[in-house]
Amino acid sequence: MNEAFVISILVITIRAGTSLLYATFGAILTERSGIQNLGVEGIMMVGAAASFAAAYHSNNGWIGLLTAVLVGIILGVIHAFLTITMRAEQVVSGLAMTIFGTGLASFMGQRLGPGNSTMVGLQGPSFERIPIPYLREIPYIGEALFNQDILVYALYLLIPLMWFYIYKTRQGLELRAVGENPQAIDALGMDVTKMRFLYTVAGAVLMAIAGAHLSLGYLQGWADNITGGRGWIAIALVIFSTWNPLRAVLGALLFGGINAIQFRMQAAGTTLPSSFLNMLPYIVTILVLVFITWAERNTHRFGTPSALGTPFVREEKK
Amino acid sequence: MHKNRWILLSALLIVAILLGACGKAEEAAVEEPAAEEPTTEEVAEEPAEKIKVAFIYIGQPGDLGWTYEHDRGRLMLEEALGNKIETVAVPDVPEGPDAEKAIRDVVEAGAKIVFTTSYGYMDPTAAVAAEYPDVIFEHCSGYLTADNMANYFGRIEQPRYLAGIVAGSMTESNFIGYVAAFPIPEVVRGINSFTLGVRSVNPDAEVHVVWTNTWYDPVLEREAAVALLDEGADIIAQHQDTTEPQKAAQEAGKLSIGYDSDMAKFVGDTVLTSPMWNWGVYYISTVQAVLDGTWEPHAYWGGMADDVVKLADFSPLVPDDVKALVEAKKAEFIAGTTDAFCGPIYNQAGDLVVAEGECISDADQLSMNWFVQGVVGTIPTE
Repeated sequence: MNEAFVISILVITIRAGTSLLYATFGAILTERSGIQNLGVEGIMMVGAAASFAAAYHSNNGWIGLLTAVLVGIILGVIHAFLTITMRAEQVVSGLAMTIFGTGLASFMGQRLGPGNSTMVGLQGPSFERIPIPYLREIPYIGEALFNQDILVYALYLLIPLMWFYIYKTRQGLELRAVGENPQAIDALGMDVTKMRFLYTVAGAVLMAIAGAHLSLGYLQGWADNITGGRGWIAIALVIFSTWNPLRAVLGALLFGGINAIQFRMQAAGTTLPSSFLNMLPYIVTILVLVFITWAERNTHRFGTPSALGTPFVREEKK
Repeated sequence: MHKNRWILLSALLIVAILLGACGKAEEAAVEEPAAEEPTTEEVAEEPAEKIKVAFIYIGQPGDLGWTYEHDRGRLMLEEALGNKIETVAVPDVPEGPDAEKAIRDVVEAGAKIVFTTSYGYMDPTAAVAAEYPDVIFEHCSGYLTADNMANYFGRIEQPRYLAGIVAGSMTESNFIGYVAAFPIPEVVRGINSFTLGVRSVNPDAEVHVVWTNTWYDPVLEREAAVALLDEGADIIAQHQDTTEPQKAAQEAGKLSIGYDSDMAKFVGDTVLTSPMWNWGVYYISTVQAVLDGTWEPHAYWGGMADDVVKLADFSPLVPDDVKALVEAKKAEFIAGTTDAFCGPIYNQAGDLVVAEGECISDADQLSMNWFVQGVVGTIPTE
């Protein structure tokens, strides 16, 4: 394999993996606190549409990003209100969020262009690639890692931060605890509802940013159904990663990279059937699911947060 | 805990099936109030002679591709015959059972002519057609007919051949990329005719095919184009529903050939030209035939002579001698002296499959499942 080949695969892998990883981080934070959010796809879509509309009309990518954050907060609060305050079934609320978000994003996209027209085909401000001097010269990985847009660089910072926060801080310990045993957190005098609210909203913000990266960084434009199921891949990645942000990086690279590789093989004229190649990431997910289920039973090391999906009901005083 | 996981897994499974099966089904969640026809209801009450013509769309007119072109045809129809007819469009109708409901709804609302514009509407259209013998149904890209149902499509292969001439003349790397949706005869015909056009002017050029296995996925379409560009392509052609392959080529400083609509309008001059649909011509003549009482069931497959398919205006980047080559071939297509699939044609293995002076029959074109010489890629077998 020559250097140019490796570089081009890595470039696409990282660009494609970025929005996946933002979304996966969002879902990890949410699920670690014990709340399931299947609305990733919908939140990403609304994030992509709203951020592009805002960036286009203000001619400023940062305003677009800010809009994505707002979208994340609003949708996150809705999901949190339903699942935490109202104790609604989390799977249903999440699916509703996806169906609602998909429709809303499509609705916005058809109307938020100039003069209430469609946003399809518009070219707006976007986050361009910024090469980092010297680092970019590193053989093989330099061009791929250090000539990317600002949201990719932000992700480089977020990866160690996520790990450090979850595993090395007191707040991270509490986060893990509230997802495993909210009664214990409650007994310690902490507010389970408040914590879960906070992480559900923070998670949704990351999901919306994942969408914004599609419309402002990767595709630099809006199209209907822009996420194309990537929100569901993020949910699969959470399981793949076993709720560990570092393993999520691995998964995002795998999912982001496999298409780059299979398309590249086709372009070069290999005879491998493309439908088989398209299947590969999903086969890997199934294998990981099987592995986790097996490992969970035997080692209890890769477990789902025990209280995931269970509403917290404070014990009534006798 | 375990119960919840089962709920989650089954929900995921259901959603995956839904996503896979229906594609854009979820978009139907947004009810479109058909904003273009605010007066539809009121007019229908009047005893006016206006005949209602309905269009069923798979996507949104704003998709800049397939549905956009059908809607442009609808607007042309309104402009031409607006004093005698009125139109109504229903966007985002998923293929399958929902389509039957949408078609029945427009008929119940008074439509006398219904155009259903996606392959997957074929059986639903036939089912509703059987129930309403007084209504005329026109289905695009299928093969069923009935006493009150016709089908129609266009020989987009002719303009694709011409676009191939442009690409073959202008490629410098002799490596042309083709982002293709599904390995079905319609797409294979497109790749073959394009390649025949390329090789007619440049026997050294090769057309490399990448299958995305989706009609519509902006991200995947872009990634497929980038893979081709990285592998050495300097022109990207496509059979997809978005402009992402064109945008990817432009960002890499390379050229492209559009499809469906005049993509240069949305991407820029790097789109050299686009084979495109021009349905208005057909919609006007068909509706006129209904008005005149001369309409009969038919299987229409129009070519450039009918103007139902055409080549978009050239980008300023296309040199005059290339334009002249294209115009010469176009004149032959229009005169009917040749077709996109006339010999000599060699297959990928280099065997002569169509001798000089012979052409591939319509039936063989409709079931085409092999590549011509010059295509690099494979057709996955079932």
